[in-house]
Parts: sequence; C-alpha cells; structure tokens
Amino acid sequence: MNAPVNPKKLISGALGDWEVVIGLEVHAQVTSRAKLFSGASTAFGGAPNDHVSLVDAAMPGMLPVINAECIAQAVRTGLGLKAQINLRSVFDRKNYFYPDLPQGYQISQYKSPIVGEGEVTVDLPDGESIRVGIERLHLEQDAGKSIHDLSPTESFVDLNRSGVALMEIVSRPDMRSSDEAKAYVTKLRTILRYLGTCDGDMEKGNLRADVNVSVRRPGEPFGTRCEIKNVNSIRFIGQAIEYEARRQIAIIEDGGTIDQETRLFDAGKGETRSMRSKEEAHDYRYFPDPDLLPLEFDQVFVDGLAAALPELPDEKKVRFIGDYGLTPYDAGVLTAERETADYFEEIARGRDGKAAANWVINELFGRLNKEGKGIENSPVSADQLGAIVDLIGEKVISGKIAKDLFEIVWSEGGDPRELVETRGMKQVTDTGAIEAAVDQVIAANPDKAEQAKAKPTLAGWFVGQVMKATGGKAAPAAVNALVKQKLGIE
Amino acid sequence: MSVDEATVRRIAHLSRIAIEDADVPRMQGELNAILAFVEQLNEVDVAGVEPMTAVTPMRMKQREDVVTDGGKAAVIVGNAPASEDGFFLVPKVVE
Repeated sequence: MNAPVNPKKLISGALGDWEVVIGLEVHAQVTSRAKLFSGASTAFGGAPNDHVSLVDAAMPGMLPVINAECIAQAVRTGLGLKAQINLRSVFDRKNYFYPDLPQGYQISQYKSPIVGEGEVTVDLPDGESIRVGIERLHLEQDAGKSIHDLSPTESFVDLNRSGVALMEIVSRPDMRSSDEAKAYVTKLRTILRYLGTCDGDMEKGNLRADVNVSVRRPGEPFGTRCEIKNVNSIRFIGQAIEYEARRQIAIIEDGGTIDQETRLFDAGKGETRSMRSKEEAHDYRYFPDPDLLPLEFDQVFVDGLAAALPELPDEKKVRFIGDYGLTPYDAGVLTAERETADYFEEIARGRDGKAAANWVINELFGRLNKEGKGIENSPVSADQLGAIVDLIGEKVISGKIAKDLFEIVWSEGGDPRELVETRGMKQVTDTGAIEAAVDQVIAANPDKAEQAKAKPTLAGWFVGQVMKATGGKAAPAAVNALVKQKLGIE
Repeated sequence: MSVDEATVRRIAHLSRIAIEDADVPRMQGELNAILAFVEQLNEVDVAGVEPMTAVTPMRMKQREDVVTDGGKAAVIVGNAPASEDGFFLVPKVVE
C-alpha cells in the first residue's frame, strides 16, 4: 500500500529522511478448553507433559480431530476484523525439525486460510486514526516448550502447549511508525478480548508478534525486510522497531545492503540480533495434511455466529459519544476494555454520562492504577460509585466530600447513602447555618476582614476557614456568596 | 523435473537423513526415476477438475470442546530415551 507519506513519521538519518514500513504477524492463542486437534486441556501451567494426549505427542497412528469451538472462534475473530470468511479452507503441514515439535511438522493453513482480507481501524494517541489491512487469519497448532537452563548438556521438553490452537493474524505492511504498530496491536488485542476469542495475556505468551520491518526513502519501493520473531510485549514491539529501523538506515547510508533474515529482540539490551539461521530453515515444504479433510461450513453457521457477536469497541465508542455525550478521547479510554465499558455503562445508565466518565476515569482508574488493580478487582462496585455520583447530583454532598466518601467506600466498603448519614457527611445547604459560621469566622478575625475590603482575594481565606469550621460540609457555592456579601466585596 | 546432486544433499539435510557421498549419485538416479514415473500424470488433462480429498463425499468430523485426555505424563514420556520429572530430555539445543 502506498498511503501518502506523513512527514511527521519519518526518521532522519545522517543523509536525509527515511520511512519505516511495518507489517505484523500476530499469534493469538484461541480461547478454548481443549486443544485444536486433541482432547487435552489448554490450561496454562500444569505439571510437565500433564496436558498432553498421545495425539499431541505425535505417537504413531494417532489422528487429529478438529475442535469445533476453535473453528467458531476463528470465524468470530474474522467477523470482528470485518474480514472475508472462507467457507472452505485447507490444513497443510509445515515441515521443520525441532525437539518441541514432535510431529516434525506443524498443522497450519497455507494457501487456503479460514479467514481472508479484513481491516482494523486504529486510533493513535494524537487523535488521528489509520486503517490497517488484514491479509489473512489462519488456524494452526502451537509447539511445545523447550527449557535450556536446567542442565548444561540437555534441553528439557514440555509438550503442554503442543497442539494448542493459535490464530495467526497477518497484517498488510500498512504501518509507518512504532507508535502505529503499538496502537495496532493494542487495538487488535482489544477486539480479541471483546470477542472472547483470545485472552490477550502477553505475559503468558498468549499473544505475541513477529514484526516485519524495512526502510525506504519516501516514495521509493519497499526495501528488504527483516523479521523480528516472537516479541511478547507491546512496549518491546515499539523498542524493537525503533532499533531495527535505525540499524537498517545506518547500513544503507554506509553503502551496505540489508540481508533478508530472521532476528531476535533482546529485551535486556534493547537491540535485535541475527538468529544466524541456515537458509534451509525456511524450506517448510508445505503440503495438504492427508489426515484432515478440507474444513467446510455453510453461511448459516457464519450468520449464526455473526448474530451472537458482542458489540465491538468501535461501535461502542460511537454509541458512548452519542448516548452519553462523551468526548472521543474519554469514550476511547472507557471502551479499551470490555469490563471497563460495562462498569461505566452500569453507572452512566440513567445518570449524567459525563459525571460518570469523570469519576471512572479520574478517581477510579487513578486509584486502581496506584494499587496495580484491574477493574474486575475494584473494591468500589459500579452500584457504589453510581450512588456517589447520585449524591453529588442531588447536592447531598459536595464534590470534595465525595472524594472522601469514595476513599471510605474503597477501604471500608458500605452503602454510600448510609455512610453519608451515619458519618454526618451531608452537605450543609441551610443558609442559616452557613451564615452563622461565616459570621463567626469574620468576628474572630476583624483585622483580616478589614484587609479583605481592599484586597478581595482574601475572601478565599475566609471560605477556607468556613469550610474548615463546617467540616467541609458547607455547600461551597453558598459559602462563597455569603462570605463576599458579609465582607462587602463584589 | 529432475534433481541434481546438490538438491539430493539438501533434501537429505532437510529430512535429517545422513547419506554418504558415495551414495549421492545412486540416490540421484533413484529420485529422478521416481520423478519421471510420476511425471506421466502430466499427460492427463485435469483442467476444471476439483482435487479429490476423499473417496466418499463426506465432511470433516469435528469434536466438542471438552477436555477428555491428558493426565498421563508417565505414559507420554514412557518410551523416551531420557526423561526427568515428566520432561523429555534431549541433547541441548540452543539457538
């Protein structure tokens, strides 16, 4: 694709500007109970080789039988990516040798994937958005795991992951900066999590990316690319691209050429290095797996899945902007995770959407981040936070007291309405009571009252004293008005 | 289609089969004879014919997403030349 060159995205080398071109192959573990072709569990962890059937260990005579749910999950994901669903696809064998691949081949899809072309809209931090083309999505088996540091002479092989279903999601080379690539993976992860087709847990390796990077002078054809394998965090994807682009620019500007090769990202050093793979390594000798018939289903099956699809982040964001009057930025923040969006909506329904958004984004997220908690572990429930928003709306408490109330609910729990009663947190709106407090403060500070007539900003000090005297419960607007009136300031 | 000596060595390497230098010409001859035999199929006009994937028309069988297997690490590693704590042990491979 040749989108117009965006000068902001260019990297300047010693001899002029360069454009970086990025495409990603994301491997997403399919959420399912059993593996793609066997009845063994996909659960993370487990004792070595405990979640392994004879099929996963490739014992002679074992035959693969496909898991219907994995097919459905791939189709759901394809629908979520607004992609072509192929009613007929074919499984192939991708041949290579490695100790954690007992079959000697990976069952994958080569020429006929289950999902074809689609598209993802990616929102960037600066408010701009880009479209990233999806080339394909196919189903394949994960390999086992080799552990190399348990012995100086041997590698330990655990096949628990062997045969777990993966979706490989291949993008077009449509990204032009590390920020775009990071935003794309973030968005893809959000979509997968909304769909419930992959949990997106990058720490467990359930979502990882191979990153293809090349550079070119603006307007020129694509340069030779290098593939950085198996990058397992969004931050590392960004770092790997930044390093790799500059490495390639330096080589070309020195008169060299880029070798097409596979590289590894070393997170400790923040650099990529060659895997020194032999050239044969890429001769996978694909051929159709004779153990498996073509995968076929009808449009009715696809339509059934489409009808049951949840509301996706893009649609939800548009609806939040329309229904609750949110800014696109706030709507984006609230829809980044389905759990957050649900939580917000529970509060916002029937209330002031903007107030609800403010409380969720500023107070709740701030507090959750501080304690490293996710929304699912929030000590303050949507009902409780909703009640706090109501109390402010009804002017029972001020915004300032509401923050104290939030703290109490956070650490002690309880019904916000009851707490306001039992702890006497109600806002004093009785003008008589506030007036008395204002009179008292003025009477106790005659000199300051005198100064205030010449220096009206001193009114703020009086407001503060009255608030203090009333335990912060006086309605701030009433205090302001009364202080000014009594001091004779206008 | 025919293979040269270099291709024979490459196929052997990809298949992780050791062949002696002296055996390469013989293997080359055998592979070329096989390829020539199969090439007779090129004489058949298959334009417009779908590749046959099964003798009887049938759809691929599918499984429910239920855990029905596993929990037998001892059986899994039972035939391994070397194992420890349920792991397979293999000569060290580090890239």
